[in-house]
Amino acid sequence: MEIVYVYVKKRSEFGKQCNFSDRQAELNIDIMPNPELAEQFVERNPVDTGIQCSVSMSEHEANTERFEMETRGVNHVEGGWPKDVNPLELEQTIRFRKKVEKDENYVNAIMQLGSIMEHCIKQNNAIDIYEEYFNDEEAVEVMEEAPSAKTINVFRDPQEIKRAATHLSWHPDGNRKLAVAYSCLDFQRAPVGMSSDSYIWDLENPNKPELALKPSSPLVTLEFNPKDSHVLLGGCYNGQIACWDTRKGSLVAELSTIEFSHRDPVYGTIWLQSKTGTECFSASTDGQVMWWDIRKMSEPTEVVIMDITKKEQLENALGAISLEFESTLPTKFMVGTEQGIIISCNRKAKTSAEKIVCTFPGHHGPVYALQRNPFYPKNFLTVGDWTARIWSEDSRESSIMWTKYHMAYLTDAAWSPIRPAVFFTTKMDGTLDIWDFVFKQCDPALSLKVCDEALFCLRVQDNGCFIACGSQLGTTTLLEVSPGLSTLQRNEKNIASSMFERETRREKILEARHREMRLKEKGKAEGRDEEQTDEDLDIDLEVLVSRAEEEFFDIIFAELKKKEADAIKLTPMPQQPSPEEDQAVEEGEEAAGEGKSEEVEEDLA
Amino acid sequence: MNEWMNTDREPDPLPSSLPGPTAPSLGEPQAEVEETLKRIQSHKGVIGTMVVNAEGIPIRTTLDNSTTVQYAGLLHHLTMKAKSTVRDIDPQNDLTFLRIRSKKHEIMVAPDKEYLLIVIQNPCE
Repeated sequence: MEIVYVYVKKRSEFGKQCNFSDRQAELNIDIMPNPELAEQFVERNPVDTGIQCSVSMSEHEANTERFEMETRGVNHVEGGWPKDVNPLELEQTIRFRKKVEKDENYVNAIMQLGSIMEHCIKQNNAIDIYEEYFNDEEAVEVMEEAPSAKTINVFRDPQEIKRAATHLSWHPDGNRKLAVAYSCLDFQRAPVGMSSDSYIWDLENPNKPELALKPSSPLVTLEFNPKDSHVLLGGCYNGQIACWDTRKGSLVAELSTIEFSHRDPVYGTIWLQSKTGTECFSASTDGQVMWWDIRKMSEPTEVVIMDITKKEQLENALGAISLEFESTLPTKFMVGTEQGIIISCNRKAKTSAEKIVCTFPGHHGPVYALQRNPFYPKNFLTVGDWTARIWSEDSRESSIMWTKYHMAYLTDAAWSPIRPAVFFTTKMDGTLDIWDFVFKQCDPALSLKVCDEALFCLRVQDNGCFIACGSQLGTTTLLEVSPGLSTLQRNEKNIASSMFERETRREKILEARHREMRLKEKGKAEGRDEEQTDEDLDIDLEVLVSRAEEEFFDIIFAELKKKEADAIKLTPMPQQPSPEEDQAVEEGEEAAGEGKSEEVEEDLA
Repeated sequence: MNEWMNTDREPDPLPSSLPGPTAPSLGEPQAEVEETLKRIQSHKGVIGTMVVNAEGIPIRTTLDNSTTVQYAGLLHHLTMKAKSTVRDIDPQNDLTFLRIRSKKHEIMVAPDKEYLLIVIQNPCE
């Protein structure tokens, strides 16, 4: 249907002014209602209409381009002299000065200024107006605040092919520099063309490393010499030990000969406390610990083989993956092995077999970190599998304290150098956990997601407030923890030591009880043994194995179902401790948890 | 502020490069100036005294050359800045004295139309 109405106007009347006048209404068109259309009408009930009272928004993100900076300097020279005086000509300057000194203005000015100045000097000598009267009053107690940490800087591996940051070392004087070792630890899967350089970073400049260290094989460990900060010690992936002198540049200053070096990657290098400051030792997964003097790197001064059967055979040796040395206990050192056993050694023992003093079994995987408590060196911290454990040298059968099994593998740990009850751990899922067992035992005091990839290493600066973490993609993150975590709390030393002692005592009691029970079982078994033949024993063993397997899978399935029920997608623990041990651990944990919280409350009260 | 200052060093007594006029050739007023400067330098805790002209050139000094040049250049700038600050706040006002207290010593600057008298003193001696 088209409605058209035509207005007609003469051409000659175009542009004339309008002449409006009243007239009757007239009908131009009349549209009759259409009953067919009326039948098609449908009422919409209800009607959906979007109503939004706030402004609609959407999320966007922009990544700003990285701005590379570099430092440049300009040398300024003396200026301000009149044009006819050359400041480099001694005679001319002397003549100029003499002329000035004869000037009447000068004489008057100095006389006047001299008297004002003398007044001030005398004032200063009469009384120290800036003297602090109540200086030795105790500082105000640190306010109770939630533990926190913030990222200060990020140092990326400048190479195209990224490598993992495997070891960090702080510059011994202050917190200006950080040495980072970069290597790829995948066995025979290092990318082609991967650089083997490691770097020393200036913390003020994350854009460009201060110095590149160029070894022949990538560095797994790197350590500043505490006595001479120009010298660095590196352990190479191919087993060689290398030394740098930063004054001499990027190239290796000393290198051990390949025939006398380790045969596996060097996972631990530590400087010894010696008068010359040139002695160090290293450990590798080939099962050897070697002592070196960097003045004579051609061969090691001493080699100890990590054979816990004390036969000194390299075939039986356990691969060392972490190394611990405490300068206050100069004859002792400890080694964490790939097999999860910690070996305590005495370097000064007479025979080489006696050098291995005792072992601490307990981890299900390689012991990636091992450190004595800086305040109570008898207690040490280890990290392996999914737990971190604290041990006492007195209790050799099991650790005295441990964390729960985490979902991600733990990769490194370190004690706080300031607080005896604080330690830091890094995990494969990129989180850094800060533990404070005076504050909380079951969970970390602070858990921080540092990056998306796995964290590999961690190092705490000596003042305890700066932590550096290295990741799988070579990113080193520098974090600062809140003052509460880096200042010694009141009574903390006592609380920590009493806690260590108490847990050691508890563990000893449990040990004694276990021994008793084992003896009883043995007695029973012996009684039965007399009736049984060897064949029966064989069958019995098979039955036992199958029963154990069944039990193991039952536990796994039960665990899986429980997880599914919880509707949380989590991977099951690939390895479960044997049922008996598991129970013991649980019991121990409960006892420990209860005991701890109670006593802490008491202590705090 | 103190980093470039070596406090362990004893002040050089009038280095030969900047000699003071010898006594016989002096007129009366010049001798008086010498006397004043000597007296100032002899006060307890005074490490160094220098006179700087309007361009920042050291005229007299009791410190070594490089230290003097550095002090003269930097303090001349600072004093000019302080002077203009005081005048900008109130055009009828003027800077009469500048005392800089630092962890190691106090630097005192007495300004004049043409010259600056600078004294470095260790007040806690």
